[in-house]
Amino acid sequence: MAEEQVAIELIGIEKSFGRQQVLKGIDLKVLAGKTTVIVGASGEGKSVILKHMLGLLKPDRGQVLVFGRDLARVGRKELNRIRQNFGVLFQNAALFDSMTVFDNIALPLRERTDGGEENIRRNVREKLALMDLEGSEDKYPAQLSGGMRKRVGLARALVLDPKIVFFDEPTTGLDVNKSNEIYRLFYKTQQKLRYTAVIVSHDVPKIFKLADYVAMLEGGVIQECLSPEAFQLSTNPVIRAFVEETMGHIYSSEEEERGFYEKV
Amino acid sequence: MLNFFERLGEEALYFLGQAGRMGTFLAACLWNVIRPPYKIHPVLRQIHFIGARSVFVILFTGAFTGMVLGLQGYYTLRKFGSEGLLGSAVALSLVRELGPVVAALMVIGRAGSAICAEIGIMRNSEQIDALECMAIDPYKFLMAPKFVAGIISVPLLTCIFDMLGIFGGYLVGVHLLGVNEGAYFQSMYHSVEWNDVEMGLVKSLVFGLLIIWIATAKGYYLHLERGGGFGAEGVSRTTTDAVVLSSVAVLVWDYLISALML
Repeated sequence: MAEEQVAIELIGIEKSFGRQQVLKGIDLKVLAGKTTVIVGASGEGKSVILKHMLGLLKPDRGQVLVFGRDLARVGRKELNRIRQNFGVLFQNAALFDSMTVFDNIALPLRERTDGGEENIRRNVREKLALMDLEGSEDKYPAQLSGGMRKRVGLARALVLDPKIVFFDEPTTGLDVNKSNEIYRLFYKTQQKLRYTAVIVSHDVPKIFKLADYVAMLEGGVIQECLSPEAFQLSTNPVIRAFVEETMGHIYSSEEEERGFYEKV
Repeated sequence: MLNFFERLGEEALYFLGQAGRMGTFLAACLWNVIRPPYKIHPVLRQIHFIGARSVFVILFTGAFTGMVLGLQGYYTLRKFGSEGLLGSAVALSLVRELGPVVAALMVIGRAGSAICAEIGIMRNSEQIDALECMAIDPYKFLMAPKFVAGIISVPLLTCIFDMLGIFGGYLVGVHLLGVNEGAYFQSMYHSVEWNDVEMGLVKSLVFGLLIIWIATAKGYYLHLERGGGFGAEGVSRTTTDAVVLSSVAVLVWDYLISALML
């Protein structure tokens, strides 16, 4: 793991809201080009970690290094320069509700690039086609279903070919078909664009199929960051409990219950 | 007793925190108003929303304010046998005082509340976070056009209000109550000086800035409101706060500017 390039590194992040300490020393490395999934129970602070990586929250203590630069120490200009590498799919897509689908996707291009309207149009159409959203460009977010909204959010996140894409609960509130659709699009776009992905999710075990690494947040610290296979076989009691609770005993380690459950 | 001091300290800290936030927010917005690039289209859209769409209510309230001034002024002035000064009384009260204040209160009710709710909902639904993550400065993208539009629209609306008010006073005074038409306009012509117009203009400029400042800042910091500004109730409470605060601010600054310029 060490020789690969690190895109994001969190070192000893602590964060409190009022008197409640949510993060108690988070250490985590996100490798470039890989998919890292952060799992954990609701309210543990998974989205808070994501907001630190995006520079939306500043840690009380610790460092957030993105491409080696500490987000808490850079100025606004530099922060914006770093953020130009980011694409974000928010939990409820966070589409601009007063703009059409087309304008939502075109916004980053219009604000951040000098390309003419013709180029913008072409680029947006391309992304709409990639997300199977042709024909919806003139609709407003309120006229779309939850799954479509997420697809528009994904199109907007990818429109500037970002190096890192963040997903905050990409499938929450969607039915099985719609979540599979999002996962399929995720897989398709990552194959094509080769971005680093950070996903916060509790859609276990499905999310394991996409993950290169799974990090478990519990009690304000990252318990371990392992490959999905190693995660499911981990002897860490917290991870064991999580795996058993979310996936059932079938995934328990073969060492302990040999011969009783089928082999993983 | 200790509890009392604790509460007092908490209140003071909250107040200072809010004042600091509002101050830095205003500085950031004004910096983004003067810093290039300048985009005309968003400003025009905001002028349409804050200015053009307020014209009807300004026409209506302006005319009725002038009509009431004509009516009340006539009965007061008649006691002294100086009905001929009606034009001067109507115009001076409108240009110096009522025009800027009532127009500003109307803009608060129509546009200020809507702006606060709009920004607040954008904050609630992570749209402002989304802008920041896209490296689009929300001050430049969202706030700056509203500030420019407010500073342009409110003085213009005030002018319309003054004109309609004078016309309303004319209708009631001359056509209803029989004041001499020449006297109405002549007294106005003699008594209204540039100083009066200047005072009205300064007031309306300051009010325009105040209204947009309070509405946008309250919406932008919705999540830091006491008791949590989240949810529909949070938005409605914050919008009400913004309307009350900006109405009070307009009246306080009205006094301060009058005291300074007289």
